[in-house]
Amino acid sequence: MTEVARRTDLRARISLNLRAVVGRAYPRVIGANREPSWIFFEAFLPLLGIAAYVFIYQALGERALANATDPAKVAEIQANTIYQALGERALANATDPAKVAEIQANTNALIASVVLGGTMVAFWLNVLWSMASQLYWEKEIGNLQLYMMAPMSRMALLGGMALGGMFMTSVRAVSTLAAGVLVFGVVYRIVDPLTLLAVFFVTLIALYGMGMMFASLYLLWGREAWHLSALMEEPIFFASGFYFPIGGLTRVPVWGSAVAIAGSFIPAGLGLDAMRQLALGPTAFGGQMWLFSVDVELAILLVLAVVFLVLARYALAYLEVLAKREGKLTSRHQ
Amino acid sequence: MPFAVETRDLTRIFAGKKRIRRKRHASEGEDGSGPVTALDHVAMEIHDGELFGLLGPNGAGKTTLIKILATLLLPTSGEAYVAGHDVAKDPFPIRQQINMVCGGETSGYGLLTTRENIWMFSQFYGVPSKVSKARIDELMHVFGLWDKRDTKVRMLSTGQRQKMNMIRGFVTDPSILFLDEPTLGLDVNAARVIRDYVMNWVRKRTGKTVLLTTHYMMEADEMCDRIAIIDRGKILACDTPANLKRMIRHDTTFRLEVDTLHDVTSFGSIRGVKNFSHREDIATNRAHLTFILEDESPVAEILSRITTQASKVHSLQKSEPTLEDVFISMVGRGLE
Repeated sequence: MTEVARRTDLRARISLNLRAVVGRAYPRVIGANREPSWIFFEAFLPLLGIAAYVFIYQALGERALANATDPAKVAEIQANTIYQALGERALANATDPAKVAEIQANTNALIASVVLGGTMVAFWLNVLWSMASQLYWEKEIGNLQLYMMAPMSRMALLGGMALGGMFMTSVRAVSTLAAGVLVFGVVYRIVDPLTLLAVFFVTLIALYGMGMMFASLYLLWGREAWHLSALMEEPIFFASGFYFPIGGLTRVPVWGSAVAIAGSFIPAGLGLDAMRQLALGPTAFGGQMWLFSVDVELAILLVLAVVFLVLARYALAYLEVLAKREGKLTSRHQ
Repeated sequence: MPFAVETRDLTRIFAGKKRIRRKRHASEGEDGSGPVTALDHVAMEIHDGELFGLLGPNGAGKTTLIKILATLLLPTSGEAYVAGHDVAKDPFPIRQQINMVCGGETSGYGLLTTRENIWMFSQFYGVPSKVSKARIDELMHVFGLWDKRDTKVRMLSTGQRQKMNMIRGFVTDPSILFLDEPTLGLDVNAARVIRDYVMNWVRKRTGKTVLLTTHYMMEADEMCDRIAIIDRGKILACDTPANLKRMIRHDTTFRLEVDTLHDVTSFGSIRGVKNFSHREDIATNRAHLTFILEDESPVAEILSRITTQASKVHSLQKSEPTLEDVFISMVGRGLE
């Protein structure tokens, strides 16, 4: 093949795959927003989930402030406090105005963490249900064989799904975040918006890269994929610290650190930790609730993004051959 | 120029579900519990510019063959080439030149409009948006779907949906199009529109090839330049419809309409009966029999066996051989 022909071929392939990415992203970007019901299901309902945690943290904060000097209440706070450090400080320093302000700041930081975590939940659910298990659903509705028969790269197919999913979920996440800020009156102190954006996008790339890797695995697992998604949903909420700063887990003796490290393999956990540091200031919670520094977390996220994308590429190529050998790309009705 | 499609000793065996129960008999492979041979050393050549038909009953291997040629399934052994490229080793250039439409397909996304849905699939082939939209509009007029262009896919009827699928197949302007039962379940008018367009597409353009699988004998007879009759994974015959009919021109075909029969198996043992097919019509409580006979001598014996079952003969007709007769003669049963 001549150099010119090779270049033309390369250009044609790039053009083909870019079109494929846009084509596959289209139904998610345009089509999904045609159903206004998403506002109720994906913006309002998540807010209720967030509200539950917000009310708990508000109640804990208020009790800490009001009753820290009452011995009976001290015992009650000790029994009820989830966050040891916060609880102990509340008990010791509630009467000091500076410490009162700190407790109030910590309460705001907790609530702000929950709103941010609740926003990221949308991405995690999207990765689980609309990314990882998507190829399985595509097979069920008969699209998969048409995708696999087309000349586009399989990564373009997954990339389109991921981009569309990111856009669609971002719209929902922003709605949840805005509603959370307005309803609960949380305050963010963003000092480095560029780094925050960088962390957010790298987190999404790593998260959706993981979704792309799962998508190819789910292709073989078929119906079991649904159960796996269900299995991964709630435990990851906990292990990745969606509703509390993940560093809090490291304060739990014996198993806390192990769960926090395991949970941080899900990029949402690390990304959320870094974003909380950037949105609340690294000194929030006295700087005691973070897993790693933002730089370290960003570096790990970058590595995870590359690893997941490379694994997705090879897993899909391998599993496509396997599925073609076993007849699993087209076996819906035969 | 190589053939548009060529297969050599193409075999595909599906492993089956061995875990369901233990294999007790050698014949268990046929009931789905053990390995199933879907294609058995199939050798076939389809010329460039040909409208080629694959005729066979359910489970004959038609869809498996198309899926292999569409690079969706790997052969167990043997070789298959599409546009000169090996389906197993070199699928990319094949995928650039093919498309496939299946009957009863439910592809696409219900939230998208008909036009958006077809456009989306065209993007997977790298068709520029402007070209794609112009083609979609043109094809929508041809297939009578123009007034449904902005209707969401989930609101389309079966026939409209199949027309949309056909447009999806043509919008990428493939060189080789695989049509797997494209008119399945469609009304007469919708099926006619699709048949006419496919025939014109192949005949009026150069370098366009269609591989069509169908249940409908009349469709195959009318549309195809050549037809391969396939059963249990084997190609039994391959020729033009006229030549296939000539193969049984020395035989005599009789069609009978009788009251429902209790036993039809004994007809096969009558001397001079080469093959026969039997179809019950539950609505009228009648049976339709087609006999391929060496000559007219067995007719008396056939009628005698019908009347001994207290069945009444409503019509008896001697006819010219049709493609269906060829099929019955080779396969030993009708398609329906």
